[in-house]
Amino acid sequence: MADASLVHPASPARTTGGLGQLLARHGALVGLILLLLFNLAFTPNFVSWQTLNVNLTQVAAIVIVAVGMTLVIATGGIDLSVGSLMAISGALAPLILLGQILPMPHPLLAVALAFVLPVLVAGAFGWFNGFLITRYRIQPIVATLVLFIAGRGIAQVVTNGNLQVFRNPEFQVIGLSRLFGIPVQVILMLILVAGAAWMLRRTLFGRQILAVGGNEQAARLAGIPVASVKRRVYLISGLCAGLAGLVVIAINSASDANLIGLGMELDAIAAVAVGGTLLAGGRASITGTLLGALIIQLVRYTLLANGVPDSAALVAKAGLIVLAVWLQQGRKSA
Amino acid sequence: MTRSLTSRVPLLVLVGRYGVIAALLLLILFGWARYDNFLGSYNILSFLRYTSMFALVALGMAFVIMSGGIDLSVGAVAAMSSVVAALASPFGLIPGLLAGAAAGLVAGILNGILITRLQIVPFIATLATMLAAGGTGLLLAGNQSVSVSYDTAFVELGQGDLLGFPIPAWIAAIAYVLGSIILNLTAFGRSVLAVGGNEDASRMMGLPADRVKFLVYAGSGLLAGLAGVILAAQFGAGQPIEGVGWELFAIAAVVVGGTLLTGGKGSVESTLAGALLLGLIFNILNFENGLGWISLSAYWQSVIRGLFLLLVVILQAKLVGREATG
Repeated sequence: MADASLVHPASPARTTGGLGQLLARHGALVGLILLLLFNLAFTPNFVSWQTLNVNLTQVAAIVIVAVGMTLVIATGGIDLSVGSLMAISGALAPLILLGQILPMPHPLLAVALAFVLPVLVAGAFGWFNGFLITRYRIQPIVATLVLFIAGRGIAQVVTNGNLQVFRNPEFQVIGLSRLFGIPVQVILMLILVAGAAWMLRRTLFGRQILAVGGNEQAARLAGIPVASVKRRVYLISGLCAGLAGLVVIAINSASDANLIGLGMELDAIAAVAVGGTLLAGGRASITGTLLGALIIQLVRYTLLANGVPDSAALVAKAGLIVLAVWLQQGRKSA
Repeated sequence: MTRSLTSRVPLLVLVGRYGVIAALLLLILFGWARYDNFLGSYNILSFLRYTSMFALVALGMAFVIMSGGIDLSVGAVAAMSSVVAALASPFGLIPGLLAGAAAGLVAGILNGILITRLQIVPFIATLATMLAAGGTGLLLAGNQSVSVSYDTAFVELGQGDLLGFPIPAWIAAIAYVLGSIILNLTAFGRSVLAVGGNEDASRMMGLPADRVKFLVYAGSGLLAGLAGVILAAQFGAGQPIEGVGWELFAIAAVVVGGTLLTGGKGSVESTLAGALLLGLIFNILNFENGLGWISLSAYWQSVIRGLFLLLVVILQAKLVGREATG
């Protein structure tokens, strides 16, 4: 697991063995493998192209949002607004496609704008979160609560709460098309994961993110532009949420501002927590987040495929989160 | 009365503390001047009947936040409790009430155990309880709403009146009086603020920080359970998918009420004012639409609430900054 850390470079606890340590270090990977083995043994028709496709298509939006969330949490923050920002971008895109904001001279221009503008708007709102947090020193959970409440309202007001149905093959490439047999949104997701993991480990910005989350005071004294780092991180989280909103409406050929991204903040936070990123900040693992999202998706799929109702899957997800964070806790105190 | 561990009270901070009550009065004045029947008994009573559910949840949240924590599970716990209460309603008013309250209490105790025994951060612990309670509610209800029994007096808990006031409003009023007494006059109340202000220091002073935290979450669960009972009785059904977003409404009410999210400070009265204020925005929007000059869809409600929260947190941040430096 690619695990980037600045604050605890080589604590002795990491070199000592033991099952608990092993679970804490690679718990997500172990969990995923156990889940796969269980499914191979018990779930009928598990080994099929279709199973893989269904799970990857469903998980893509969560992973895209969770990548941004990982960076936010790495700085010691949290972003509750991602679901609402998805709704805003998902509400804007069809309005642009259908030419309801501006008449479009050329259909391809409409498609291009429908890709770019909603994501930028979501990014701008994300930047605004960061602005509130850094300029007024408002706690992230409260600052992003503002847009959590108002953001979905904005999306609903813009569309008057109506369902927007559309059909546009060029736009829906990011939800329905395949490249070399792989759904396009899955490729997008993998590019984002790889890019973010590289950035966190190899770039100055990545180091700065971890430093800010590890010890903000020390980071400031070391000359790191803490406010600027935080604003960029929330901006990225907003951009990711905007992109995920587009993916979701492209899959559905419809946009319902009441539903897009509903509860996404919880799924994303859960994926980050299960993936082993320290919730207090300072240590983050993007590949862990990918594994965490896959685990959450696969648990749900496993239960559903074996006839357990969706509501029981919620309880299972709760247990999973507690277990993951509890194991993480053991790792910290060991 | 606002209690705080620091005794210095500059003028600006006073404005910040009582601003919410002033804003509430101004909003009521605005409504009274602008709309007929705004202060009519029908509007007041139905407003109180509806808002008391949210006020109960906000009260529990206020104590949790004062202790330096957060409780994201209250909405889902209220929904689950409404299902439990509806299932128990054929046995009568008291069994329905007790069953719903007990369901909430169990969820609160679970939060308390996760946070104090397993040392899981409140944000994640209560998030997990939120999912678990939501799932349990749906399982118990079989994925649909469960209608309550009209053969017993259970629905009185939501629809009945006592001495001219709605019973939910009585329940909320009693809870707030008790909450105010606990915060202002008991050792436990002071411990909550001490733990929220500086947990390590309060431990060194010999305060039972874990017990305080445990009780705060148990209390929040209990109050969410009561809100669930009222929900079921008021609308005649246990509603497993109701309660989505209640936790954020409650947090907003507490923040609007001037309680610092960092813990250690807060007031029961301002929380009530915050909850009433957020509820009143919705009420006034309804009246405004009734006038027919403008037509604001219900969707504006969340935009306005969000903007309001924004205003309050910025104001609060400025006041806190001023208090810290001046």
